[in-house]
Amino acid sequence: MVKKIKNLKELSLSNDRFEGANLMCPGCSHNIIVREVLNATDDPVIVATATGCLEVCTAVYPKTSWDVSWIHIGFENAAVAAATVSAAYEVMKKKGKLPPATQKMVDEGKEPKIVAFAGDGGTYDIGFQSLSGAFERGHNFMYVCLDNEVYANTGGQRSSSTPIGASTTTSPAGSVSYGEKMMKKSMVEIMADHGAPYVAQVSPSKWKDLIKKVQKGFEVYGPVYINAQSACTTEWKHAPEDTIEVSDLGVESCVWPLYEIINERDEHGIIYSTKLNITYRPKNKIPVEEYLAAQPRFRHLFKPENRHIIDLWQKAVDTRWEYLQRREEAGV
Amino acid sequence: MAKKFELNEVEVWDGNMAAAHALRQAQVDIVAAYPITPSTPIVQNYSKFLADGYVDGEFIMVESEHSAMSGCVAASAAGVRAATATSSQGFALMVEVLYQASGMRLPIVLTVVNRALAAPLNVNGDHSDMYLGRDAGWINLCSYNPQEAYDLTLMAFKIGEDPNVRLPVMVHQDGFICSHTAQNVRPLQDEEAAEFVGEYKPVNTMLDVANPVTHGVQTEEDWHFEHKARQHHDLMNSFDTIKKVFNEFKERTGREYDLVYTYKMDDADVAIFALGTTVESARIAADQMREKGIKAGVVSLRVLRPFPFKEVAKALENVKAVAAMDRSAPGGTFGALFNEVSATMLAHGKSPVMLNYIYGLGGRDTTIDMLKEVYEDLDKCAKAGKAVVPLQQFLGLRGPKLSFY
Ligand SMILES: Cc1ncc(C[n+]2csc(CCOP(=O)(O)OP(=O)(O)O)c2C)c(N)n1
Ligand code: SF4
Repeated sequence: MVKKIKNLKELSLSNDRFEGANLMCPGCSHNIIVREVLNATDDPVIVATATGCLEVCTAVYPKTSWDVSWIHIGFENAAVAAATVSAAYEVMKKKGKLPPATQKMVDEGKEPKIVAFAGDGGTYDIGFQSLSGAFERGHNFMYVCLDNEVYANTGGQRSSSTPIGASTTTSPAGSVSYGEKMMKKSMVEIMADHGAPYVAQVSPSKWKDLIKKVQKGFEVYGPVYINAQSACTTEWKHAPEDTIEVSDLGVESCVWPLYEIINERDEHGIIYSTKLNITYRPKNKIPVEEYLAAQPRFRHLFKPENRHIIDLWQKAVDTRWEYLQRREEAGV
Repeated sequence: MAKKFELNEVEVWDGNMAAAHALRQAQVDIVAAYPITPSTPIVQNYSKFLADGYVDGEFIMVESEHSAMSGCVAASAAGVRAATATSSQGFALMVEVLYQASGMRLPIVLTVVNRALAAPLNVNGDHSDMYLGRDAGWINLCSYNPQEAYDLTLMAFKIGEDPNVRLPVMVHQDGFICSHTAQNVRPLQDEEAAEFVGEYKPVNTMLDVANPVTHGVQTEEDWHFEHKARQHHDLMNSFDTIKKVFNEFKERTGREYDLVYTYKMDDADVAIFALGTTVESARIAADQMREKGIKAGVVSLRVLRPFPFKEVAKALENVKAVAAMDRSAPGGTFGALFNEVSATMLAHGKSPVMLNYIYGLGGRDTTIDMLKEVYEDLDKCAKAGKAVVPLQQFLGLRGPKLSFY
């Protein structure tokens, strides 16, 4: 059952599953994304989160910001936690031993949606093993990566999602360094190559696109990966009120392209077709420079000796955009 | 519904098969596991039971032991009965999550087939993994043979799931010596076992969408201390439930279990304190020493955590010398068991001569003759009224004798 959402006001008002009253920084995108995801469905939701800003800011005993069942185990196991809750649900359903209220909802055609949230550190790095395992085994759950390109909760260290040139606490820019040396890992394709039926990249600034993709993900059976751009006011160092604007610059410059990959497959994971759709095409693709300029974490790149990194950036983004368009055209 | 497994009154099972049947009879809903020698056959047997329709739950062959225990935690929080098995390196990889399981008060059952920790890499039995996990807030039960591995695994579910306990339980057995040695085992029939273990009645289940719950919160200095104290309180109080379950089991099967197992201790002057398969050898050594006029006895634990300090002190109250046998590398101090037994005696105002033997590392055979040597050392100390041999010795080591303190 796909929920119809008419406008942003309606979307923001319908949420009582995740309280905005939590300890996250003003302007943090994690809040916005979680609310958008949970609001995409009226079905019951069960959540697992990895260690990171979202977890430490929303369930500090004796309070909780969650009005859905929620579990946190560790930094590297959000995927297996959600996957096993999903397996537990299936076992109990088969055995006819679901709690009465849950059974009633199932009888009414509502299935609980099981969602894992983790940062890029918990996804691209330490949690990658459990994520890969859970996707390969085909459990029915959605994994949302809140990708702020940095280990924010421990004070802004580089992760394998940190893009080239970013100054972080463990890849700091200095008199002889321009900061991070490697381009970020392309998680969306890696997860799609696991054969997941649905994989998508989203930005909270394009909220309708995000909701639509989450709804699509909830409709398919199997593991779904959503990579969500999550601007971090503290580590990207922009003003809290600029979060959505900075996010949009990422989308409009194609630094953060919005697209989805659909694998048509059977229950054994045999893939019959793969299709990539670009879901948002900027009318006027803006230079990467505008995106970088909006974030003090890249400020040092504008010094004459570092300008070549901006050129590299532009080249990398253009090549990738070209690749995505060609794949879309070719229908693979 | 799962098919009934026709069992003979006496089955010839090794420790792994015994544990696997106990998991089957408890009708565990989710087993999430990863293979490692010597516990691999437990999960293999379990998946074969599943393939043949003897189990109704799900077996999830995950990609690591870290995920195996994480899966058990999530499944248990979701409200289903969860269990797994491991050894050694796999156990070490689980350690982070062991604390999550006990801190979240989830009655998971973990069969640990004890094995050495690398390096050097070694697949054989010792108790390094048992000691690595002993402070993780789990109840730890120790079995010495396949019958006990079976019995204690069944009892583990009943103990951990008791509303007064709500804690995870480990059941230990010795790698290869117990896990791979077939012996006669008297099983319960399926219905009887199911009736004994009982239906799992979870609390705070994540699958109840009408009553959302939050598992695994953060607490800082304002609450963490209270939570940990409560956990310790309930773990210390679990003795009552453990004894109750042991009694119920005895009524059903005639097989008697106690927190501490004593052998010929009524009049003993000297005692070996051991765990695992060595206990049975020590009993034979004690008998042979008694023929020589040395009043030898054996004390062993059925429950390593919570540590049954009162019963241990009582068992050893009249002995003059005790050898605490540690089957794990001491790592720069006395062995773990030695420290615990010594502290217990001291706290009860008793000071027998305490000796520490490090033995059987990496599966090194421990013979009855070696244990008799230990009794002879103890006898010398008992007669002298003080330690006249080194306090810590390596037993059965090739080359020159190695001793410390
Ligand atoms: C096993 C383990 N290693 C390290 C940590 C410390 N740690 C906690 S949160 C965190 C960073 C989280 O970063 P990310 O996943 O990107 O999420 P964010 O905080 O940015 O949302 C780290 C390194 C931990 N909790 N557990
Ligand atoms: S540090 Fe960044 S990710 Fe963490 S709460 Fe603040 S804005 Fe959000």
